[in-house]
Amino acid sequence: MHTQPNVLQVDNLNIAAKSSRGALPLVRNVNLELTPGKVLGLIGESGSGKTVTSMALMQLLDQRAMQVQGNIQLHGQELNGMPTKAMRAIRGKEIGFIMQNPMNAFTPVYTIGNQFVETIRTHTGLGKKQAVELAIASLESMNLEEPAKLMKKYPFQLSGGMLQRVMIAISMSLRPAVVIADEPTTALDVTNQLQVLKELDRLRTECGTAILLISHDLGVISQLADEVAVMRRGEIVEQAEVCDLFDRPQHEYTKKLLQARPVMPFTDSLNRLVI
Amino acid sequence: MSLLEVKEITHSYGASRSFWRKKEVKPVLSSVSLAIEEGTCLGLLGSSGAGKSTLGKVILGLEKPQQGQVIFQGQDVYAMDAKSRQQMRRNLQVVFQDSYSSVNPRLTAEKIIAEPLENYEKLSAGEQSRAIASLLEQVGLSSSDMKKYPREFSGGQLQRINIARALALKPKMIVLDESVSSLDMVTQTTILELLQDLKTRYGLSYLFITHDIRAAYAISDAMAIMHKGQIAEVFQDKDAVFTSQQPAVKNLVDAMLPEHPRYRNAAAPTEAKKLFSR
Repeated sequence: MHTQPNVLQVDNLNIAAKSSRGALPLVRNVNLELTPGKVLGLIGESGSGKTVTSMALMQLLDQRAMQVQGNIQLHGQELNGMPTKAMRAIRGKEIGFIMQNPMNAFTPVYTIGNQFVETIRTHTGLGKKQAVELAIASLESMNLEEPAKLMKKYPFQLSGGMLQRVMIAISMSLRPAVVIADEPTTALDVTNQLQVLKELDRLRTECGTAILLISHDLGVISQLADEVAVMRRGEIVEQAEVCDLFDRPQHEYTKKLLQARPVMPFTDSLNRLVI
Repeated sequence: MSLLEVKEITHSYGASRSFWRKKEVKPVLSSVSLAIEEGTCLGLLGSSGAGKSTLGKVILGLEKPQQGQVIFQGQDVYAMDAKSRQQMRRNLQVVFQDSYSSVNPRLTAEKIIAEPLENYEKLSAGEQSRAIASLLEQVGLSSSDMKKYPREFSGGQLQRINIARALALKPKMIVLDESVSSLDMVTQTTILELLQDLKTRYGLSYLFITHDIRAAYAISDAMAIMHKGQIAEVFQDKDAVFTSQQPAVKNLVDAMLPEHPRYRNAAAPTEAKKLFSR
């Protein structure tokens, strides 16, 4: 484990919203480490600060409204406070971002191909033809049928699950070191959920990408995460290896989260089977 | 007699793509039949595009089907006079997925819940505000929340207000169209418990539309699985869902995410079941 250097290291991250009554703390003392090929799950109820943390990692919070303190190091390079232009080169290229709602993540007036090629060409020196080839290859690897046809379609012509896979294909095409997936499956139906998670799993095994998986769904976490951090009211209250966390939750809040799952009838037979 | 009977509903959406091209017809429901007994909950499951929400709309009287009948309390929803229609609207309520877009952002919680009361009951100002306060308490909010606007509530709280509004007229049945899907797990569980509690307390019936087998299993008495506009299978015993051999049902069950990291990947439940039964 220790031979693998951390790709992304977050130390003492504090985020506060500036208001007329002074700074309102949103996230306190968050420490996270992402290692290549590993998935760190971040769970917590809505409003616990998961998304705001991921936005801070991407430096997407408005400096005028938010105070971000602490260190965010990507391959040892400090991201917090980095000039906008330099940061723009890192977003997408080094840190991929997969958003919750694929329907809103694309511009409705341009085709998938158009947006895909634009993203590739912004970050690489590829010519148009090469970019199109790369786009088609990445769509193909995402198990999307007829990628060449897909490139000519508009976002509204695709289903949510397909768009989400297109979004993963875009992040994957640039081989980022880190992918932040913020509730990647929440907007999808059950059959697409599993598929998207499997594609993310492939992304980390094939490209060695480190993934920060944000979700409130324990099913998603059990499927993909290697390690889990539990967030509550802006603080990480517990962090453990995924099986450990499910079997031996330490914090009261984690226990409450785990108990919130509806229990299925076949769990018993499965237990006897797998162990 | 069942509280609600859906008989052989067939419906399609047509889109004339342009002036000279032939009209494109997309079938959404084909001879769908269902029944919901009084005081029970039917879970309606299916992947997106299966026609669940369209069926919900047809049942609510919002979308007239091309063929078939919806019988609510012994009367055809699409062939009743204005007066019984008004009565039907009172007894059949709905809660949608997106709590924010189901309420008027400019009204306070009090006004939101007052709307059905003003339309149907002639209450004095004092009675009405007492009724609203008690409704808020029933759904786990406090009467001090009355003066708040939708933006001051979280998604889960606002969904409670939607439920309170649906309960205001003491309906017989509520259609819950993905009502808990956008909430986080802890909130989801508390809302499901609340619905369960209200159901036993008032003898309510639910049509619980969802793609989440877990949530449906937790609340339903019976389950129906929809696939491509048809009812694939109806289960009076909900446990039977997990052993069904029907491909559409199996697909849904297989896609369920594991409950514990130990069961991942190989954890497709039916696979495991198969091994187990061998």
